[in-house]
Amino acid sequence: MAEVVAPPAQAVAVSGDLPVGPVGRRGNGYWGVGTLVATEGALFAYLLFAYYYIGATAPAGWVSETHPPLELALPNTILLLLSSVVAWIGETGVLRRNRARALIGFGGAFLMGLGFAIVQGLEWHAKPFVLGDSSYASLYFVTTGFHMAHVLIGLAVLAALFGWTLLDYFSPRRQLAVSAGVIYWHFVDIVWLCVFTTYYVTPYLGFGT
Amino acid sequence: MREMRGVDFRTPTIGADSVEHRARLLDLWETAPGLKGLLGTTDHKVIGIRYIVTAFVFLACGGIEALIMRLQLAGPNHTLLTPQQYDQLFSTHGMTMIFLYASPILSGFSNYLWPLLLGSRDMAFPRLNAFSYWIYLASGIFLYVGFLSGNGPNDGWFNYVPYASRDYNPGLNEDFYSLGMVFLGISVTAGAANFIVTAFRTRAPGMSIDRIPILVWGTLTASAANLVVIPAVSLAFFLLWMDRQFGTHFYDSANNGQPLLWQHLFWIFGHPWVYAIVLPAMGMVSDGLPVFCRRPLVGYSLVALSTVATMILGFGVWVHHMFATGLPGLGLSFFSAASIVIVVPSAVAVFAWLATLWLGRPVITTAFLFFASMILLFVIGGVSGFMTASVPVDWQLTDTYFVVAHLHYVLIGINVFPVVGATYFWFPKMTGKFLDEKLGRWNFWTMFLGFNLAFLPMHITGLLGMPRRVYTYADGMGWDTLNMIISVGSFVFAVGVLLLFINVFKSLRSGAAAPANPWDAPTLEWSVPSPPPPYNFAVIPTVVSRHPLWDGRLSESGIVSAVDRGMLLDQGKETIATSPMDASPEMIMEMPEDTPAPFVLTVGISILFVGLLLKVWPLAIAGAVVSALSILVWLWPRRELREREAAHG
Repeated sequence: MAEVVAPPAQAVAVSGDLPVGPVGRRGNGYWGVGTLVATEGALFAYLLFAYYYIGATAPAGWVSETHPPLELALPNTILLLLSSVVAWIGETGVLRRNRARALIGFGGAFLMGLGFAIVQGLEWHAKPFVLGDSSYASLYFVTTGFHMAHVLIGLAVLAALFGWTLLDYFSPRRQLAVSAGVIYWHFVDIVWLCVFTTYYVTPYLGFGT
Repeated sequence: MREMRGVDFRTPTIGADSVEHRARLLDLWETAPGLKGLLGTTDHKVIGIRYIVTAFVFLACGGIEALIMRLQLAGPNHTLLTPQQYDQLFSTHGMTMIFLYASPILSGFSNYLWPLLLGSRDMAFPRLNAFSYWIYLASGIFLYVGFLSGNGPNDGWFNYVPYASRDYNPGLNEDFYSLGMVFLGISVTAGAANFIVTAFRTRAPGMSIDRIPILVWGTLTASAANLVVIPAVSLAFFLLWMDRQFGTHFYDSANNGQPLLWQHLFWIFGHPWVYAIVLPAMGMVSDGLPVFCRRPLVGYSLVALSTVATMILGFGVWVHHMFATGLPGLGLSFFSAASIVIVVPSAVAVFAWLATLWLGRPVITTAFLFFASMILLFVIGGVSGFMTASVPVDWQLTDTYFVVAHLHYVLIGINVFPVVGATYFWFPKMTGKFLDEKLGRWNFWTMFLGFNLAFLPMHITGLLGMPRRVYTYADGMGWDTLNMIISVGSFVFAVGVLLLFINVFKSLRSGAAAPANPWDAPTLEWSVPSPPPPYNFAVIPTVVSRHPLWDGRLSESGIVSAVDRGMLLDQGKETIATSPMDASPEMIMEMPEDTPAPFVLTVGISILFVGLLLKVWPLAIAGAVVSALSILVWLWPRRELREREAAHG
C-alpha cells in the first residue's frame, strides 16, 4: 500500500488494480471454510477425547472387539483417501480450464465417497454389537455416525461442484467454491484417518483391551 | 493476464465525500421497506440492534426469575415455590443469563460496532450475520417454550448427569435444554466465524493489527475460543440426548459410561465461555473509559496481549470447576496453578485502566461511572475467584453461596455494568439521541448500591455454610437477616435496571439530539453521522494511528488519518478487503444483496429441532430438506458477487 500525503497532511490509502470479488482462492469464502474446518475438527477432537477418556477410566476389557476386522475397513479407508486425490485432480481441471478433467475429478470423488458410505453401512451391519449394548458400542456408532453425516454433506458438495462445472460456472479466476468444497472433502477424509486409527488400530496396540 | 483486466480488476477511485456520492451509495445499500427488508436485511446495524434488544428482553426474563427466587429466599421456610418450581427457576435463570443474555448482548454490540470501528461497510459475511441472529432468536424461543410449558431445565445451568439422565429426570425438560443448546450453538459458531474473518479481512487501509480497538481484540479472542469450544458443549448435550432417547451409555456408569465425561466436556467449554462473555465487555471499558479520561489507553499493547493471554490460559483451567469430584491430586495442582496464574493478565488490564484514570482528566458521565465502577467489581469478583482457585479453599466453599457471589460479581460486574455503560456511550451513535444524564445518575447509583447490597452479603452466607441451589432453609442458622438484605438489594438492583429501560424509552421519544461525535472520541465510528447511514462510510477511511480522530492533536509526524477523502467504491454494493496484518488493500469486496435465505434456513432448522424433540421423524426430515435447499440457494455461485463466470452459451 502506498500512502500519498495530501495537502492537509492527510494520509489517503491508494492502490493499484485490485481484484473485484474473489480471485482464485483469495476471497473471504476460503477463510470461511477454514473456520468451518476448525470448528468441525474440534468436534471430532472431542469425540475422540470421549473415547480415550471413557476407555482410560473403564475396567480392562472395555473394547468390545480386541481385533476389529480390517477386511472392509482398511480398503475402505484407502478408497476414501484416494477420493481426496481424485477431487484434487478435479480442482486442477478447473485451474487448467480442462472441464472434462474437472468433471471426472468431482464425479469420480463422488462415486468413491458413495462407495465408502455403502461399505461403511455394511461394516455397521456386520458389527456383533448395537448402539445400546455398551459405552464402547455407543461411542463407535455415534463417532462413525458423525463422520458419516460429514461424508453425506461432502457428497452433496461434490455433487454441487459437478453440477456447477457442468453449467460451466468456473474459470481459473472464479473458482473459490471449488477450492473451498475440495478442502472440505480433504477434511472429511483426513478426519476419518483419525477415527480409523482410534477405533481400528489402537485396540491392536492394546488400548482398552 | 491481459484479459483479466476490466470488470475483474479495477483501481479504486479516490475522491471526496459529496452529497451526490452519498445519494448513490444510499440507493445501493438501503434495506427495502416492509416484510422483504424485515426478513431479508443483512445490515449489521439492524442485526446488531436486534441482538441487543432481544438480549435485553432475556435479561428482563432472567431478572424476573431471580426476583421470584429472592422472594422465596427472603426468609426461612417460605412456601411461595415448590422445590420443583425452584429447580426450574434457578436453572432457567442461569441458562437465560449466561446463554441468552450475556453472550448475545456482546455479539449485538460487536455486530453493530465492528464495521464502524474498523472503517468498513459491513461484516465479512452479512448473510451469515443475519443467520446467526435468526438462529439465536429461534433457539431462545425454543428454550422458552420449554420453560413456559413446564419443561424448563431443572438441573442447574451446568446440568450434571446423572440428575439429567432419563432415570432421574423423565420429563421433556432436559430434552428441550439439550436440543436447545445444540440449536443455539449453531448461532454462536456462525457468529464467531464471522467475527474472525471480519477482523482479519475488512479493516480500513492502514489499520494494522496494532491499531485495532481493544473491543475488537476482546471479541476476536472470544470468537476464536468459541469456534473451538462450542463443539464441546454441543457434543455434550447431544450425547446426553442420545443417552436419554436412544439408550446409549455415554454417561451411564452401570454400562461403563463415565458421568465425569459430562463435566469435562461441559467445562472445557464452560470456562473459556466465561472469558468469552467478559473479554469483549472489558474491551468496551478499555475503549470507553479513556474517552472520558481524555487520553489514550495506557499500555495498549499489554492490554491487547493480556486479552489473548487470558484466553490461552483460560483453555487450561476448566478442572477448577471439578476440584470436588475426586480427580487425582496432581491434576488438581496443575489446574489450580493455571487458575492462579490467570490473575496476571487480568491484573494487567486493571492496572492499565487505573493508570488511564490516574494520568487522565476524568469527565464524570453516567457511562464513565459504569465503566469505572466495573474496575472495582472486577477486582472483588477476581479476588473471590482467585481464592477458589486454591484447592483447599474451594473444597470449603464449593456449592455454597460464596460461589454464587463470585460468579455474580464476575458476570454482572464485568458484563452488565460495562454493557450498561456501553449503552450510555453508544446510544447516541445508534439512535442520534442522548440518554438522559440525570436519570442516568439515578440509574447508576441504584444499580451499583442494589447490586452490592444483594451480592456482598452472599459471601458471608456462603462462608456461614449456606448451600447454593436450595429452595428454602431452616430458621436459626444465622442466615435470616442476611438473606432479607440480599432480597431487598436484588429488588433495588432490579429498579436500577428498570430505570435504564425507562431512560431508553424516554430518550428515544424526547432525548436531546446527538451530533456525530458527542463525546469527542477518537475512533472511526464517531466520524460518521448519528445514526450512521446504511453504507456507514461514504469514503473508505485511511488510518495512521490507534486514535484516528485525535490525530490532529496527537500526531507527532503531522500526518493524520483521512475520513473525508478516500476510496469511493460506489460502482456496486462494495467495500474494501485488506491484508490481515498490515491492512493493505487487497480486494474489492462485492457485498450480497438482502436475502430471505438465512431466515428460511432458520425456519428449516427450527422444524428439524421440533421434529427431533417430539421424535416425529417426517417433520425432522422435512426440516432437513428445507434447510438443505435453502443452503443450496444461499451458496449458489452468483455472477454479481463475482463467484462465477458469466453464463456461457
